[in-house]
Amino acid sequence: MIEFHLDARSGLSPYQQLVQQVRHALRLGLLTEGDQLPKVKDVVATLAINPNTVLKAYRELEHDGLVSARPGVGTFVTATLNGASFAVLGPLRQDLRRWLGKARKAGLDEESIEALLMSTFRDSAREEIA
Amino acid sequence: MTVLRAQGLGKKYKRKQALTGCTLEIEAGHVTGLVGPNGAGKSTLLNIAAGMLEPTTGTIEVCGGVPGSGPEQLAKVGYVAQNTPVYSGLTIEEHLRFGAHLNPGWDASLAEKRVERLGLDPKQQAGKLSGGQRAQLALTIGIAKRPELLLLDEPVAALDPLARREFLQDLMEAVAEHGLSVVMSSHLVNDLERVCDHLVVLVDSQVRVIGEVELLLATHHRLSGPRRDIDTLPADQHVVSAKHTDRQTTVLVRTEAPILDPAWTVARLGLEDLVLEYMSNPTAARPALEVLR
Repeated sequence: MIEFHLDARSGLSPYQQLVQQVRHALRLGLLTEGDQLPKVKDVVATLAINPNTVLKAYRELEHDGLVSARPGVGTFVTATLNGASFAVLGPLRQDLRRWLGKARKAGLDEESIEALLMSTFRDSAREEIA
Repeated sequence: MTVLRAQGLGKKYKRKQALTGCTLEIEAGHVTGLVGPNGAGKSTLLNIAAGMLEPTTGTIEVCGGVPGSGPEQLAKVGYVAQNTPVYSGLTIEEHLRFGAHLNPGWDASLAEKRVERLGLDPKQQAGKLSGGQRAQLALTIGIAKRPELLLLDEPVAALDPLARREFLQDLMEAVAEHGLSVVMSSHLVNDLERVCDHLVVLVDSQVRVIGEVELLLATHHRLSGPRRDIDTLPADQHVVSAKHTDRQTTVLVRTEAPILDPAWTVARLGLEDLVLEYMSNPTAARPALEVLR
């Protein structure tokens, strides 16, 4: 069983945070098939959030095929999210390090690097949608 | 289904006009936050909805009936007034007995269990309770009457952060368990963001914006870019506020469509900023916008 928490400064709405935390737990293997998600009533009582928020998050996870609700029993994990394997991540990380080195050499400070990364990331995400 | 419907609602005291031409509809099955500056008419509206005040103009329907029209109507609506008043001379036990006597649908076991869980001594006088405990007692009575609609006027304003969190936890638990509708006024937008799924911003008795919180957050964007005339914005972008410097223009727009203009830097707003924008720009030319699901 996982426990949810909310971060007011995350920029994500409470329901998005819940979805993200479940997906994250699935990726990290903290949740596996057959595990039960916290009961709506318990989430509501610990976090002081609206029950509809929790239901909405669980519905979205169900829609994504990650969990399924058994009426009167609870919501259970039905799939796992396997993150990219280490073999893939390693080289990508190296590429990124090399790029960061180049950016620093070009005189960019941390903040400029972050801004450039984020704006490029957003642009390419947008292009993919369009 | 609508749980509260007001049409041109007004309330005038001897000299002061407390509410003027307030028109609004609140859906059942939700926790609706009511925000607005002091003097917007929030408390007056809640008092009328609870049947504690009679409107001088307009009509109001709450849970399908007229507020204060009789015992049946009173049983449908729970009300926790500002500062969560209790009878200081009565004990907790006496409060519960009082509640049982006045409310036909009283859930005695729920009330007793709640008092026990809160760790309160039933023999204690209500006047000796802390602010948080008093609020919890008022909430207990509001929930134990098993209303269809629970109205709360600034219930947590005077509470410390811990008491506030506990109060909201219990309120949300009751919503999850009994499926009651809640309308709650508060200045604490961060709390509302957690507990409310719908929001009403009331300024000068008028609804400035109303809708589902998620949808409000998803459809409002802050655009900033080189200075330009806001009349050049696409027609489907409703301008909530606009600010200009000699070089830059910042606008808050509401739109269902994506922002395609590459000249803008687009940012999302938190609920607090959104509420503040609507509260501080009450004179915008456009009428109140309604966001429907």
